Amino acid sequence: MSAVSQQRPQAGAASSRTPVPTAALRGLGHPALWALVPALTLFCAFWLLPFARLVLMGAEVDRGSGVSAYLAILTHRQYLTSLAATLGISLVVSLAAVGIAGLAGFFLARHRFAGKSLLVASLTFPLAFPGVVVGFLVIMLGGRQGALAQLSLWLFDERWMFAYSLLGLFVGYLYFSIPRVITTVMAACDTLDRSLEEAARSLGASTWQVARDVIVPGIAPALLSTGAICFATSMGAFGTAFTLGTRMSILPLDIYGEFTNYANFSMAAALSVVLGVITWIALSVARRLAGGGLGAPA
Amino acid sequence: MTPRLRFVLQLGFTLLVCLFMIVPVVMSVLAGLTENYFVGLKSGLTLRWVDEVWALYSDTIWLSIRLALACLVVTIVLGVPAAYGLLRSRRRWANAIEETLLLPVAVPGLASALALLLAYGHYREFRDSWLFILVGHVLFTLPFMIRPVLAVMRSARLALLEEAAASLGAGFWRRFLTVVVPNCMSGILAGALMVVTLSIGEFNITWMLHTPLNKTLPVGLADSYASMRLEIGSAYTLIFLVMIVPLLITIQWLGRLTGQRH
Amino acid sequence: MNSSVSIDLEACGRTFAGGHTALHPLDLNIAAGETLVLLGPSGCGKTTTLRLISGLERPDPNGRVRFDQRDVTPLPIEKRKVGMVFQSYALFPNMNVAANIAYGLRIQRLPATEIQQRIDAVMAMTDLKGFGERRIDELSGGQKQRVALARAIAVRPRVLLFDEPLAALDAKLRDRLRIEIARLLKELGITAVYVTHDQSEAMALGDRIAVMHQGRIAQLGTPQEIYHRPASTFVADFIGAVNRLPVLAAGAAGRLVVHGGELHSPHLRGKRTLYCRPEDIHVVALDAAAIRGRVVESVFLGQSQRLLVDTGSDAPLQVDTGSRRQWRAGEAIGLAIPPEVLFHPEQQPRTEEVAHG
Repeated sequence: MSAVSQQRPQAGAASSRTPVPTAALRGLGHPALWALVPALTLFCAFWLLPFARLVLMGAEVDRGSGVSAYLAILTHRQYLTSLAATLGISLVVSLAAVGIAGLAGFFLARHRFAGKSLLVASLTFPLAFPGVVVGFLVIMLGGRQGALAQLSLWLFDERWMFAYSLLGLFVGYLYFSIPRVITTVMAACDTLDRSLEEAARSLGASTWQVARDVIVPGIAPALLSTGAICFATSMGAFGTAFTLGTRMSILPLDIYGEFTNYANFSMAAALSVVLGVITWIALSVARRLAGGGLGAPA
Repeated sequence: MTPRLRFVLQLGFTLLVCLFMIVPVVMSVLAGLTENYFVGLKSGLTLRWVDEVWALYSDTIWLSIRLALACLVVTIVLGVPAAYGLLRSRRRWANAIEETLLLPVAVPGLASALALLLAYGHYREFRDSWLFILVGHVLFTLPFMIRPVLAVMRSARLALLEEAAASLGAGFWRRFLTVVVPNCMSGILAGALMVVTLSIGEFNITWMLHTPLNKTLPVGLADSYASMRLEIGSAYTLIFLVMIVPLLITIQWLGRLTGQRH
Repeated sequence: MNSSVSIDLEACGRTFAGGHTALHPLDLNIAAGETLVLLGPSGCGKTTTLRLISGLERPDPNGRVRFDQRDVTPLPIEKRKVGMVFQSYALFPNMNVAANIAYGLRIQRLPATEIQQRIDAVMAMTDLKGFGERRIDELSGGQKQRVALARAIAVRPRVLLFDEPLAALDAKLRDRLRIEIARLLKELGITAVYVTHDQSEAMALGDRIAVMHQGRIAQLGTPQEIYHRPASTFVADFIGAVNRLPVLAAGAAGRLVVHGGELHSPHLRGKRTLYCRPEDIHVVALDAAAIRGRVVESVFLGQSQRLLVDTGSDAPLQVDTGSRRQWRAGEAIGLAIPPEVLFHPEQQPRTEEVAHG
């Protein structure tokens, strides 16, 4: 732009340029930041500071081993197995849930039929069941008087049970994971651009090719994200394991045991911190991938 | 494979998954209403167990309701202004703060409860009162209030509405009360349902924080599962379901409603 | 209605955090009762200027905003008594039409009867009679913008500010509302600042137009001045179509040789490029033509047609002519350009422009 086009001094516009302090914040912005103060105060007082203390406590000497509790976790077989078992079962559950519920969710998102909304409702309403209830429902399925036991008693005159074993834990975790995955997958399918599928089909792709090349890549972030949420939830699922009363050594039960049975506070703290860091990472990954949705608890 | 066959196979699979979700719930409900579950339905239906649960555990139900409502009030009073503050902050800061407030959800309840217990457990009076549990519930449910309210605030183009209100002469408080709050009502409602549902069902934190005199419904449930006969546990679960399922269905319905609108 | 105010901006610049300068320090005087249109492409600074006037933004430290000579720079928008109409309406969805209009009046604590009178008056003025109880989401785009307008004028502001109010509407509705706004502004006699990127809107509404470009005012003047004597090539290009004719050589008797022929334009002697609008070029018989060329393409526009004529230069000449005669590609055509329609942006007589300031 040439100099001519710049602003011209207008008649009567004497420009007095005295420096004046302007308000640092825009008129609309200022009181708004105070609005955060109450929530942040509560958070700092009752979560941040206590948790910081917990982190420090975990570094204290563990009563059982005589070394820092964090170190004890890494060096003692008992804690390492428990950590591995918890990670393992959570991972397997997440994969299974994403597979099973992903298929069902995609089917529900793509078809209309009578009774569909009832089906969707019954698949998703257990979303916010607390872990204890889920544990009890597993007992109803695979406990001493559970569905399976009654069925096998009737068929084979034997009482089959799984509720109190690793399998029971697996079934319980699967139970609270499925509704999550189904809701997420259905939402992701809705936002998927239908014209992409139609384009692939017009180019001659078969149903399976469409699924492999268009649908799965399209909803992959949602699948990964919901999988990560299931993983985090399973890692911290105390209620289910507690109700099933498993003799399994998994982290939440260990923490509870160290705290109540042995009053070994530093070990309980260290295990809590380790568990917290793992679930936090998993949920952060989930949020990065999906950009929304809270990992609802179990 | 014909499309028809594929449809039937997928439907069958989905129905199986559905059975897995539904069967234990139905069994539990039946067990709560059966005279003797060991004998089976032929022993007859009864409300005896429900009555018994009421006699044993009604205080846990009332405490849970009281906690949920108190939690709701606190999360609204803290959460709506907080969401507004986040809306007005720079996006990067807002994200960081939101992420921080989410920590009590991201970290297992057991760990948060342990931290709270080790830090404040020695204040006897506080520790023994139901307010101790309330603090845990508020920390845990607050993000579920902030998130939908903030989402509605962002989608409602609140900044623009506020500018319009300001151009008509409205100061901060008037804008907040006449424009901001009414226009994020749907978010508050969604958040409120979620907060109440979560608070009523919360176990992991509460189990650590509860005292023999302050037992919530899920704590009572765990108690009954461990020490009572199956029918009582089932009847108790039934009461819990009656309380929580309407809330869950409303949440879903609301979610579908807003989903359609967008 | 209220007596309207004059607005003066003094050295108002706006630099955002991060160093992006949305607006270079500018001076601007808007007379009381005048309608000034800020016109320009997106990102030119026109909306920033409007927001500085409204009080939604503050100018950089040296800038001053005055209403009737009174410094209002430190006042937030709610204290400035401005009425604002937004592109996306910004109607409160939690209130019905009447409550939206009454909002500002309630803040002023007017008595209920007067509020009702004013609502009735502005609703009559904006053709909204009977819509008072409607919910906002039951209104069409045009109705919404009428409500926004009614809400803004109900409080009897000292200044009316429009931020691309018609941009979200379809073409027909836009024309209708534009006429209504023009009528309303005349009726109210209120000082108005109107931001748009649509040149025809700017021409129709503005007493004066400020064409903005890259955070500066490229030209300020009446619509006629802006159109017929653009101050820069940018303005010439932005407002309507323009032809550039490179001058190849000076011919005999003050003539200038251009592609395809010679032009007579004594007032532009020495210029290397001449400019003219397509509608100012006449199609004439070949033997009477000053410039000859061949038709490359003709675009039928209904009331006229636009011909692209190859005269040997890089870009074909754009010529608007009557739409009855059909031209085939390749046909020879004769053109005439009267000297008075030729212009050169930098040739603009400066004195005249300042006189309008």
